[in-house]
Amino acid sequence: MTEVTGTDQLWRDELTRQPAVDSVGVAERAARFQTRSIKNDSKRQGLLRVLSMIDLTTLEGADTPGKVRQLCTKARQLHQSLPGLPSVAAVCVYPSLVEVAKASLADTDIAIASVATAFPSGQAPLSVRLEDTRAAVAAGADEIDMVIARGAFLAGDYTRVFDEIVAIKQACGAAHLKVILETGELGSLDNVRRASWLAMRAGADFIKTSTGKVQPAATLAVTLVMLQAIGDFYRRTGKIIGMKPAGGISSAKLALHYLVMLQETLGPEWMNKHRFRFGASSLANDVLMQLARLHDGRYQSPQRFSRD
Amino acid sequence: MSEHSPLAFEGAWALSPAPESSESAHIADHYGLFINGEFVDAEDGGRFDTLNPATESTLASVSHAGQADVHKAVQAARNAYDSVWSKMPSRERGKYLFRLARAIAERAREFAVIESMDGGKPIRESRDIDIPLASAHFFYHAGWADKLSYAVSGGTPRALGVAAQIIPWNFPLLMAAWKIAPALACGNTVVLKPAETTPLTALKLAELCQDIDLPPGVVNIVTGAGDTGAALAEVQGIDKLAFTGSTQVGKSLMRALAGRSVRYTLELGGKAANVVFDDAAIDQAVEGIVNGIFFNQGHVCCAGSRLLVQESIAEQLLERLQARMASLIVGDPLDKNTDVGAINSRNQLTRIEDYIDIGKTEGATLWDAGQTLPETGLFCRPTLLCDVAQSHRVVREEIFGPVLTVQTFRTFDEAHAKANNTRFGLSGGVWTDKGSKVFDMTRRMRAGVVWANTFNKFDPSAPFGGFHESGIGREGGLHGLRAYLSEARA
Amino acid sequence: MSEQRLAVAKTYKLFIGGKFPRTESGRYIAFESSTGEFVANVSRASRKDLRNAVVAARAALSGWCAANAYLRGQILYRIAEMVESRQAQFVDELMREGMTRDAAQYDVQRSVDWLVHYAGWSDKYMQILSAVNPVASQHFCFTVPEPVGVVTAIAPRSGGLFGLVSVLAPTIVGGNTLIVIADAAHPLTSVALAEALHASDVPAGVANMLTGRRDELLPQAVSHDDIDALLSADLTDDEWQLAQEQGADHLQRQPQLPTSAIRAPGDDGLEAIACLQEMKTTWHPAAQ
Repeated sequence: MTEVTGTDQLWRDELTRQPAVDSVGVAERAARFQTRSIKNDSKRQGLLRVLSMIDLTTLEGADTPGKVRQLCTKARQLHQSLPGLPSVAAVCVYPSLVEVAKASLADTDIAIASVATAFPSGQAPLSVRLEDTRAAVAAGADEIDMVIARGAFLAGDYTRVFDEIVAIKQACGAAHLKVILETGELGSLDNVRRASWLAMRAGADFIKTSTGKVQPAATLAVTLVMLQAIGDFYRRTGKIIGMKPAGGISSAKLALHYLVMLQETLGPEWMNKHRFRFGASSLANDVLMQLARLHDGRYQSPQRFSRD
Repeated sequence: MSEHSPLAFEGAWALSPAPESSESAHIADHYGLFINGEFVDAEDGGRFDTLNPATESTLASVSHAGQADVHKAVQAARNAYDSVWSKMPSRERGKYLFRLARAIAERAREFAVIESMDGGKPIRESRDIDIPLASAHFFYHAGWADKLSYAVSGGTPRALGVAAQIIPWNFPLLMAAWKIAPALACGNTVVLKPAETTPLTALKLAELCQDIDLPPGVVNIVTGAGDTGAALAEVQGIDKLAFTGSTQVGKSLMRALAGRSVRYTLELGGKAANVVFDDAAIDQAVEGIVNGIFFNQGHVCCAGSRLLVQESIAEQLLERLQARMASLIVGDPLDKNTDVGAINSRNQLTRIEDYIDIGKTEGATLWDAGQTLPETGLFCRPTLLCDVAQSHRVVREEIFGPVLTVQTFRTFDEAHAKANNTRFGLSGGVWTDKGSKVFDMTRRMRAGVVWANTFNKFDPSAPFGGFHESGIGREGGLHGLRAYLSEARA
Repeated sequence: MSEQRLAVAKTYKLFIGGKFPRTESGRYIAFESSTGEFVANVSRASRKDLRNAVVAARAALSGWCAANAYLRGQILYRIAEMVESRQAQFVDELMREGMTRDAAQYDVQRSVDWLVHYAGWSDKYMQILSAVNPVASQHFCFTVPEPVGVVTAIAPRSGGLFGLVSVLAPTIVGGNTLIVIADAAHPLTSVALAEALHASDVPAGVANMLTGRRDELLPQAVSHDDIDALLSADLTDDEWQLAQEQGADHLQRQPQLPTSAIRAPGDDGLEAIACLQEMKTTWHPAAQ
């Protein structure tokens, strides 16, 4: 059994002071965003904005340098003929492939994100996770996506969770830190709100829903709760924290509803890639398909879009 | 792509207009009264226009029923009751209601569009709430028709006869369903009078009654203004009066029934307190406050029009509430993104604006998010009136618009004392994360419907109705049936 | 030969807030037997007495409706015990009001039984009148009865203890507080009942008894803004019209018991309770 220390108790006091969350109310609000109808120019603008916020991701055990290079090519050129496309915000790969990605994207402003810290379980000694982080940064990662120790969080060992985030943040140096809560394992939206707070207090630049390896991954509801926690943190400290829902967002329509939610919850100030990212592998193609449809006025075949 | 605005990857993202097509809405130039299964003109040929409040243009002309027409409709209902409806096996009666439920669902989009055009409510609400709920009301009550002996304890239920029903303009089709479905399920026939500003969906419902071969005279619809309603309350031959509307009119109807053996239920006004404690799920509370008062432009008798917030969180709650209000889209009711549509009539807009002026005169601090309103049509921004007290008129009287008064309290006792310090007693809201406090507050609130950690929820199975001057009797659910059944025992 | 002894006559007073005051007006009704002999002077309650009774009933309401059902049942049963033990007194008073001895005895016994019947309802009617509503959303929704509040009951003209009990018992067992306006032609029994109530454990103000004239008190009872409901069984058409016209100003509930309900025990005890209850529907989200 994990020993709960006095510091844990202090954390517990602080975290339980976070506003309560009513999951039915959250679900109703989340559903309401989905009733927004996004048409014509606002759709095009929104889709382009979504593209610019994507962390184009490959996180397979079977990933190879070849696969990552293909992904980077896609990141640079999302589509061969659509005009005015932005590039994605970042590519996201395992630490061992950061160097490959860095080399492929050296002449772009596309960032390299890497999932360090014994992703996705985080079940490795801290020293190993720190080393993992340092290695990814040394290889050229601009952003580190870490996982928190969910087991420790659920056991009430908040100090350990906090201290580890602080340590990883330190190991990141200049790299930005995204803290993955793995909300699908936290059991309740109250815990999501509390874990969000803990991560922000420990120095997260972004908070992120999921690894993509656990279901449920990102949902509108869980993202809403995290956005509201970000809003609280901003009102309390003046610090701006970014948000990254990841996993399960594969349709352009859903991504647009995330944007609606972002704008209506945190306001236009958060509506850019410095404060919001989508962690996704197949979203980009669906967005491109919709953009092509808007451009041509015709429904598209998926085969017209490169799959990498 | 030159017609598009310049690319922006930062800052505000504007939603383009997303109008629902009105092509599906078949609105005739003129609608007669629906009596004995047919549309007929008023005896004296009287007509009035129904307008689209978003544009103030005329949608259709509608017959204005006078005393003779009301009498004729009641006769038709009586004949249908005597000759057909009271003799029909209850299971068959239920099947007609099932048909109506299905018929509404099949033409849901058309009904939603007409509802929004005639009444000004956002298409999102008419599409997602009013019309589906209306259909659900018929479906729910259809199933009761052959099970009424389970609805009363220890007696043999019998229909009352002819029910006169008068409904308001805020939920036109839904209120028609609330009234007609239980009445018919219990074996009564009806004469329904829709509000003069929103008669169209009730008349479309009359078309559905024809489509599904409902026996003539079982449902009759007489359109008109207050005089038609008064005639319907005064006419001889009705056994029951069901009214939804203002407390003032409700009282006058009760007087009109004095000394007569006519049963009645009244659903009247409200001034509900929405009480937020410092341990509430604050973001959901904000949403509940918004839903409580800005739903349907605040034209809701059970609206949470008085916010009572615990002083210790008042500032942060208001900050969040204002931020949320700023995201509300006010405008074209037919735009799918509109949150707050048009005020139902010029009269009502004037009334709301008068109350806002009264609030200012009384010393209230006014706040709204400054949304740009359409240049034409009848609109009002969601508005807060802060720094008000129990003695202010804006706190005591029903405004029936998107106007929320904001007061603070310090203790539980102060909260429920203020919540109950009103002539009304229709609804109430309480927000707290503590279960025991939920039960204590909901028990203490003197109101017929209490929402805890939610607001403005409706369901055909959930009884609805008021204490005190918010009305007499219940509609919906098991308890609503009793209002349409005779108490006579076997 | 026994010594002549002058009987000590009883002063018939009102019962308000657990006390027996004289009417503030000083007015009285000279009550005569059916053969025209003077029996007693009975208080003729005024509008101010009614007002005082309403104040007492209102003050008692929050405690009484919060009292648990078991306790209310115990108290109803205690009233039955008190009436039973005072049978002789009730029979005397009923006879002075014109009943035969047999009829009076029967009336008292039925009244006791009816009180016992309602004592048993105290912790049951709520289960029967309540509902859990199967709403189509993630909410737990239920509807429960609540007492309507302060009730004035018009005792039937036909008199008898049963007539009084038939309006009293369903009202207070349901958590309401009550002002009974006794029938002017049958005031003695009502005062005896008040005394029995006083000797029971009925909290002060829960049940109040006014003797007086219906034509004077009814208009006050229906126009009084703080009386939530009027319970009656035998209003004339004119009285009924007046009640509705005046009661409309504050939406007073005006349920009527069927005349069968004031004559003899029947199967409609629950209806009499239900007509003085407001139904409250409560919603709460149901999810973790």
